[in-house]
Amino acid sequence: MSNIIIMPLLIPLFTAILLVFFQKQAAVQRWIGGISVLGNIAMSAYIVHQVYLEGILTLNLSGWLAPYGIVFVSDMFAALLVLTTNIVGAACLFFAYRTIGKEKEKYYFYPFFHFLLVGVIGSFLTGDIFNLFVCFEVMLISSYALIVLGGTKRQLRESIKYILINIFSSALFVASVAYLYGTVGTLNLAHLSERVAEAGQGGMLTIISVLFLIVFGLKAGLLLFFWLPGSYSVPATAVTALFGGLLTKVGVYAIVRLFTLVFYHDQGITHVLIGGLAAVTMILGVIGAVAYKDVNRILIYNIIAGIGFIVFGVAIANTSALEGTIFYLIHDMVVKALLFLLGGTLIAVAGTEQLREMGGLIKRYPLLGWLFFVAAMALVGVPPLSGFIGKLLIVRGGLEDGWYWISGIGLASSLLMLYSMMKIFMSAFWGEEKSGVQPKVSVKGLLAPSVCLTVLVIFLGVGAEWVYPYVSMAAEVLAEPQQYIQAVLKE
Amino acid sequence: MEIMMSIATGVLFMVGTYLILSRSLLRIILGTSLITHGVHLLLLTMSRLKTGAAPLLGQEAAAYTDPLPQALILTSIVINFGVTSFFFVLAYRAYQELGTDNMEELRGGDDE
Amino acid sequence: MNNGDVILQTSTKIILFIIITFSAYLFFAGHHNPGGGFIGGLMSASALVLLALAFDLKTVRKVIPVNYRVLTALGLLLAVLTGVGSFVFDVPFLSHTFGYFDLPLLGKTELATAVLFDLGVYLAVVGVTMTIILSIGEDT
Repeated sequence: MSNIIIMPLLIPLFTAILLVFFQKQAAVQRWIGGISVLGNIAMSAYIVHQVYLEGILTLNLSGWLAPYGIVFVSDMFAALLVLTTNIVGAACLFFAYRTIGKEKEKYYFYPFFHFLLVGVIGSFLTGDIFNLFVCFEVMLISSYALIVLGGTKRQLRESIKYILINIFSSALFVASVAYLYGTVGTLNLAHLSERVAEAGQGGMLTIISVLFLIVFGLKAGLLLFFWLPGSYSVPATAVTALFGGLLTKVGVYAIVRLFTLVFYHDQGITHVLIGGLAAVTMILGVIGAVAYKDVNRILIYNIIAGIGFIVFGVAIANTSALEGTIFYLIHDMVVKALLFLLGGTLIAVAGTEQLREMGGLIKRYPLLGWLFFVAAMALVGVPPLSGFIGKLLIVRGGLEDGWYWISGIGLASSLLMLYSMMKIFMSAFWGEEKSGVQPKVSVKGLLAPSVCLTVLVIFLGVGAEWVYPYVSMAAEVLAEPQQYIQAVLKE
Repeated sequence: MEIMMSIATGVLFMVGTYLILSRSLLRIILGTSLITHGVHLLLLTMSRLKTGAAPLLGQEAAAYTDPLPQALILTSIVINFGVTSFFFVLAYRAYQELGTDNMEELRGGDDE
Repeated sequence: MNNGDVILQTSTKIILFIIITFSAYLFFAGHHNPGGGFIGGLMSASALVLLALAFDLKTVRKVIPVNYRVLTALGLLLAVLTGVGSFVFDVPFLSHTFGYFDLPLLGKTELATAVLFDLGVYLAVVGVTMTIILSIGEDT
């Protein structure tokens, strides 16, 4: 029993509730929210350290023992993701202080923001599928509110589609849970893993696992990403950055968790399928990124390509690839949020989303330009920045196990990602300034969160030596489900 | 009984799918609601239909029901209730703002 | 929205209290029997909706000047705080306890901390339901 692991979930929950009482006083909301996210970063960093020292921490809520009660599990993978979530959340929150505007602050922007964090962190920490569903819904409902906040025509139109697709996928989620429960009679992840291993993963369970893959694929944007570009392009920048950094990654986390812990017996079918989906996602993602000519769209299609790459690591499923997946997942959360924050700032200073109407911004906004350059390099995986190590590990794992084709596709897609990012960089920052440019906008406060994230991105790359033991420990648990089962069921 | 439940689930899914595929936003929302209800019935059926006493309050009954699916269904109903009502409000606002509830007209390009 | 239906208004005045009493019964019954904060909350909310139907929203607002959003937050806060109490006593989060006390009038009574949690649920459910219904109803 360690109550501490539920703290990262309780802090934002408590904050969100508290903020409702201060609806009118935006300044109070900002202070409480700011202190809360910073405190939560410290708390989750402490938990990472604690997990590093003591191994997997579990908490049986109100003392009901594991397969029967609600259990929260913090292994290294979950702890690292919670820490990253808090850092990304803090950056987006501080960015929102400068950009979100009074109107949205009054309509409970900050409470929903913190509820979203509750959902995301809860999804990472929960130890059973039931609560995974609940936390998913907490996250989704807050995201519905955040996406429509502001109520412009375009937002209303896109959010209808977003909500529709998510309600449908949630229904599918519960249906898959029903089949799973009917087949093995438990929903606790550790218990599931044990029972599936005992019963053998026959045809029925494989089909159920594919159903889950479809559900989480819908949420993560793995192949089924048709809803994503439209809905992510409508909300405010801080919200898009948060969505881009966190929401799809929760779906990816669920895929990683299920297919390393529970459904890992029939890799010939499930993992090959995942690999195929990942390859198609990467290809389609980069095609979108290369084709579009507005900043937001390019970044959004880069999310999709990134998802493909992370999930490819799950398909390979050897230790090296899993380490790569974890590393790349953390990197991707940070760098995507960073890119969206920078992209949003870019759009704000240029006054347009269209690349052909931008140009020569580097003269007036050198810091923005170079931050964007560093972020783009990190995204693509140029050493020594953070994307490099993740990509290296995944591709190495792929080559070890004979996934030559998809590894090749991954590398080629990285190249095209580089092209799409350089397209933004060259047409927005280089060249002549376009006529009718906006008056200079002060970007000082806007760039502070981005600078912090950039430092983190550089640290993740240069300081990989210090990060690696943690990642390696996380991958070890993923590679050997027995550790997780023993920690939860205490046999 | 299982067969009846399966048929009911199937009918709910069928009607829900039909409604979701229609153009009117109102019908689509009702469709999502029906599909979710279908899923709840499915969950109830999949976890075996049996009668018994409520669990945890003593050990004298001959049979106990499984509380987990019921808890899950209750949670899901609550969530569905919240989401559906949110969706209704949103649809109403969208209707006021955009002047239509026809999904064909809500398609919209990227540029505005 | 006021349709001024005398029969509805008159019967509402009586039925309202029956519903509220029944919701209180459901709320307390929930500890051992079917019932609980959720269903009790829904029942109370339905009483308020009936009131709004019989009279109109303005009257309801005047009679019961409650900000339902704050009520929701209050309920959630209460529910979370009962959980947080477990940090103080160093037991797993959300642990609950109960005991028997001799109370005046009631005699030997079972008091459980779970009731506090349920009260939070009750308030949150009333708050959420009324927020939803008012935000749809206000606009017409």
